[in-house]
Amino acid sequence: MQPTLFSSIHLTVSQLTFHIRKQLENDPTLQDVWVEGEISNLSRPASGHVYFTLKDKNASLRCMMWKPEAARLRVNLQDGMAIEAHGRITVYEPQGQYQLAVNLIQPKGEGALYQEFLRLKAMLESEGLFAPERKRPIPQLPHKIGIVTSATGAALRDMLNTLRRRLPLAQVILAPSPVQGVEAPPALVKGIQLLNYQLPDVIIIARGGGSIEDLWAFNDERVGRAVAESKAPVICGVGHETDFTLCDFAADLRAPTPTAAAELATPITLFDLSRDLLSARTRLTSLTLNLLAEQKAVISSFISRLKYISPERRIQSAYQHLDELSRRAFSALTHGIQIQISNVNGISKRLLSLNPEGILSRGYAIITRKDDHMVVSKVSQARGEMKVRVSDGEFEVNRGLDTAAVIE
Amino acid sequence: MPKASAKKSEKPVDELSYEEALAELEGLVASLEDEQNPLEDSMRHFERGQALVAHCSALLESAQLKVQKLSGESLIPFEEESE
Repeated sequence: MQPTLFSSIHLTVSQLTFHIRKQLENDPTLQDVWVEGEISNLSRPASGHVYFTLKDKNASLRCMMWKPEAARLRVNLQDGMAIEAHGRITVYEPQGQYQLAVNLIQPKGEGALYQEFLRLKAMLESEGLFAPERKRPIPQLPHKIGIVTSATGAALRDMLNTLRRRLPLAQVILAPSPVQGVEAPPALVKGIQLLNYQLPDVIIIARGGGSIEDLWAFNDERVGRAVAESKAPVICGVGHETDFTLCDFAADLRAPTPTAAAELATPITLFDLSRDLLSARTRLTSLTLNLLAEQKAVISSFISRLKYISPERRIQSAYQHLDELSRRAFSALTHGIQIQISNVNGISKRLLSLNPEGILSRGYAIITRKDDHMVVSKVSQARGEMKVRVSDGEFEVNRGLDTAAVIE
Repeated sequence: MPKASAKKSEKPVDELSYEEALAELEGLVASLEDEQNPLEDSMRHFERGQALVAHCSALLESAQLKVQKLSGESLIPFEEESE
């Protein structure tokens, strides 16, 4: 159509804009609508109103929120966040801009999904699947631990590290399964069933954190039922602390995270086992030592008594007696000999004193008359030539008869 | 109360699982505490107890978490992805 100066409608900008506005505001679809998209260009000026753009791959939509509504927001708006915004389309004429006047915001998908979760929870609860009486205790020392989770991803890795640390004695059987998406629920159900054939002591069903959409497989009715009906007790460790799914209610024990689930599956750890073993060994050893000590004491006492009555003792006694006798004999003998010796010594001394040589050395002389036979012992005998022997030799003297008479 | 396990025929120690070995060990210790056993029995208990302790220690020290995965209904070794 060629533009001509003679087009049917001539309007001012205001008129045209007003017309557009009327069109949009009269369209019921546009006046009560939920719009889904990603936030960008978020702006919160001092006025308290909030402005942002909602966009998807192909288009974008200007949005604004009046201060009172903005103040009531439960959600913390951020660029990049996926949300659903409820409101109506208006036209801001001065800028020729259509926009969504938002009165309600929720994270994408949350609302509807949450409702569905509540519905399912109520239904299963009314069937008694979550009843406390159904909950079974978790074994203290599991040999076989089943895990239903994704084979890749941090949840499995964290759980295996925890189990390795706490109870390397255990055996782990993994039932790999997608943990989100349409294929997840049947795979999770199958995983639980197949694991039960292996007769594990406990089963852990887990996945890491995510949005309600990401965790949705664990809110699936089929999965909830499979968990409740599992022969082996089930520990559910899905998402983060504040995430609750149907599986959490259906399980025998809920864990806030996959790592916590692994810890709850192993109440007794390697440390506890080592300590108990050490204690048992100590008792074993000390009891046995006590027994042996007692026996030793009994035997010692026997030995003492035997020793006392044994011939050995009498033989010892006899030896001692013998020793005593021989000591006495020896003593007597030596004493006797001593006496003899001293007798001899006595005689010897006396002899010495009688020895003429000894006499001479004391100053006596031996006088001998010439004929050599006579020793002069009396003065009357001392006549004529005589020899006088003194200690160191002899000399001659002559005592005449007259002189002899004179001296007399 | 002493366990009657002392008299019945015993499995070789290294065939026992950790739990079985520990349970038997506890029984032997309780029996020793009883003090009524003939000395010969007590010595046998002690020797068996020593063997059980050694077995349990070895199990604990060498324990490595065994991880398998289901492939259909059978088990195959599971290779963890390296971090």
